[in-house]
Amino acid sequence: MNRFLIPLGVFAVLVAFLAVGLTLNPREVPSPFINKPAPAFQLAQLHQPVLMFSQKDMLGQVWLLNIWASWCASCRDEHPLLVELASNRVVPIVGLNYKDKSGDAKAWLARYGDPYTLSVTDANGRTGIDYGVYGVPETFVIDRAGRIRYKQIGPITRQALEGKILPLIRELQKS
Amino acid sequence: MLTAAWRDARLLSALATLLLALSPLAAWSGEAVPTEQDPVHEKRAVKLSEELRCLVCQNQSIAESNAELAVDLRRQIREQIKAGRSDGEIVDFMVQRYGDFVLYRPPWKATTLLLWIGPLLLLAIATAVLLRNLRKRRARADERDLTDEERRRAERLLTGGGEEQP
Repeated sequence: MNRFLIPLGVFAVLVAFLAVGLTLNPREVPSPFINKPAPAFQLAQLHQPVLMFSQKDMLGQVWLLNIWASWCASCRDEHPLLVELASNRVVPIVGLNYKDKSGDAKAWLARYGDPYTLSVTDANGRTGIDYGVYGVPETFVIDRAGRIRYKQIGPITRQALEGKILPLIRELQKS
Repeated sequence: MLTAAWRDARLLSALATLLLALSPLAAWSGEAVPTEQDPVHEKRAVKLSEELRCLVCQNQSIAESNAELAVDLRRQIREQIKAGRSDGEIVDFMVQRYGDFVLYRPPWKATTLLLWIGPLLLLAIATAVLLRNLRKRRARADERDLTDEERRRAERLLTGGGEEQP
């Protein structure tokens, strides 16, 4: 009896591990930023390059930092959701235009709609590196104290928005 | 026959032209541009970028990958070496931003303990099972004596009587 039960048990454990492994997404690397202060930056605004913007300007508010680019195909996938979110005026969304040409970026926003309170230009991707960006789009939820509370890697889906991001924003806005 | 040979020749020459046309591309792709004058700095930069994982194409190091992020991070490493940062500081810079995941050699901590000792653990278990089985088998070989009937049969075989045919 043991002769069959032991290999069967080992096999069952193996299957369990593989089954769990299949449901994980290897692209979702746990962010080391959660609950840490948002890295500092000071960048020129996309539409008014003479004006600078720093993450400090948002202290006291709950806000979203959305990393996007006109060359990024999945940015277009999430874009309608951002536009919808902006039209509901739930939360200010700051766009970080990552390694893009300003002309392309402005044309893209003119074409697909501009959900951003403002966008800043990170032409050489340096601020992106400070935020550990490795796959555009990425979105950070930042609380009143300027701490990162959540990071969405890849496009925002309706499921992520309604299941995680919006409840978190509401909770953070209450405190 | 002649036309077939003619067609083959034409095909071959077309292929040769195509290869010739592509050859400058092939010559381009292999060359790494030396970006550092100081050979010591260059060596450190290469070594560091081999230790760090590219997050875009996760099975390549920053040194191997041609993803844009890898190019940026290689530049970042070189800038920091030039600015006089130590290897440890540069690695910390990367870990702060991308987490332990960027390290091809993950650090010792509670969450990576299984990763490090897992193979040893498996080896220990396998050795224990093997030893137990060997011991059991030896014990089984020793323990059983022949029955009287078997002993008689063995004797018959050994004395050359042969197996009686039914």
